[in-house]
Amino acid sequence: MNELINYTLHLADNSLILGHRNSEWTGHGPVLEQDIAISNIALDLIGQARNFYQYAALLINQSTNQPATEDTLAYLRDANEFKNCLLVELTNGDWAKTILRQLFFSAYQYFLYQQLQNSKDEAIAAIAEKSLKEVTYHLRWSSEWVIRLGDGTDESHARMMKAVDELWVYKDEMFEAAGYELTAASEGYGVDVTLLKNDWTKKIKAVFDEAMIPFPADEKTGVRWFGKEGKHSEHLGYILAELQFLQRAYPNSDW
Amino acid sequence: MIESENITSDKIWELLESVNDPEVPVLSVVDLGIIRDVKTNNDEIEITITPTYSGCPAMDAIRMNIRMALLQEGYKKINIMTTLSPAWTTDWMSNTGKEKLKAFGIAPPTAKQQVCHTELFHGGEAIQCPRCNSYNTRLISQFGSTACKALYACHDCREPFDYFKCH
Repeated sequence: MNELINYTLHLADNSLILGHRNSEWTGHGPVLEQDIAISNIALDLIGQARNFYQYAALLINQSTNQPATEDTLAYLRDANEFKNCLLVELTNGDWAKTILRQLFFSAYQYFLYQQLQNSKDEAIAAIAEKSLKEVTYHLRWSSEWVIRLGDGTDESHARMMKAVDELWVYKDEMFEAAGYELTAASEGYGVDVTLLKNDWTKKIKAVFDEAMIPFPADEKTGVRWFGKEGKHSEHLGYILAELQFLQRAYPNSDW
Repeated sequence: MIESENITSDKIWELLESVNDPEVPVLSVVDLGIIRDVKTNNDEIEITITPTYSGCPAMDAIRMNIRMALLQEGYKKINIMTTLSPAWTTDWMSNTGKEKLKAFGIAPPTAKQQVCHTELFHGGEAIQCPRCNSYNTRLISQFGSTACKALYACHDCREPFDYFKCH
């Protein structure tokens, strides 16, 4: 039960933190239409996070006597309890970095949710089935933007290359299973993330080819991240400071 | 107070026709296809709804509006449940709903198999302008003023318009 809760929280945290990052663009997008697009993607991700948090709260309430709600899980856990990968908590940088990160994450979510639809856990399967339709739009949108910038002007190409440089070392964490992911996969309610990497690499390579971005040689970088086990970069603390301020300053406030 | 023997699911469905989506107010929740089930048991009513998008911010308002509409008619024991699977699709939108959308200036969703795919820079999608009926239109953005819409522009009448995108 504990591992199922951890796994559900991990899925929720990934979506919440990237949703929050994307929401920072609201009102600051490069053009109005894309400001609206990234805000819509933020909304989808936060909606998916809510569904996972609600389910995690239900599981927690069934198995412990410390009552939880979606709000306590999002607003009252500290950084070391968050189970998102580092990729989603990195700062937005410029538009190139934001949309490349979105492409990396959406491609991952796309293949993950495709398989999670068959989860033995009905609630997780239902959320995956629902979310996959949204992620399909995110994947198409971010792919198209990476191609536009990569195959655009000298300036946009240079920025995209810089984004690849910055983000490439963070991709592997998505495909390195944390303990609860191993349990989830072996018990049939989760997905073996190591098996997603091939499809992901193929998809990203296809986009990079169109975008005139040389595909980096996928050597071991020698770096491992443990965000999924609660060891985060300094950035998550800043996100939570903003995200959780209201609930911590005015406990139980509602709107 | 309504006598329990007079409560039928048909009557509830009829009532739900008067509850409109807060963000696309020409559509009722029935037109939109988000009412998945209505059950009655003596004086108890159970309504199952499904969100259009995971993050649809209108869901809470929709739940409240349904409750208000039923309370106003004297129904008291109302239970509103949410389901995620099967996931909502624009194929569940009623034909009346599609006509209402068009009259309101929003291009209705085309049949799902025609346009829902993952191809990049999709070229073949023909969306009809709700104002001048031209198919000579172009996509401006996959994402519009709400999660369920995309932005288009018409080359003939030169007007931008919303498209209720297939899902």
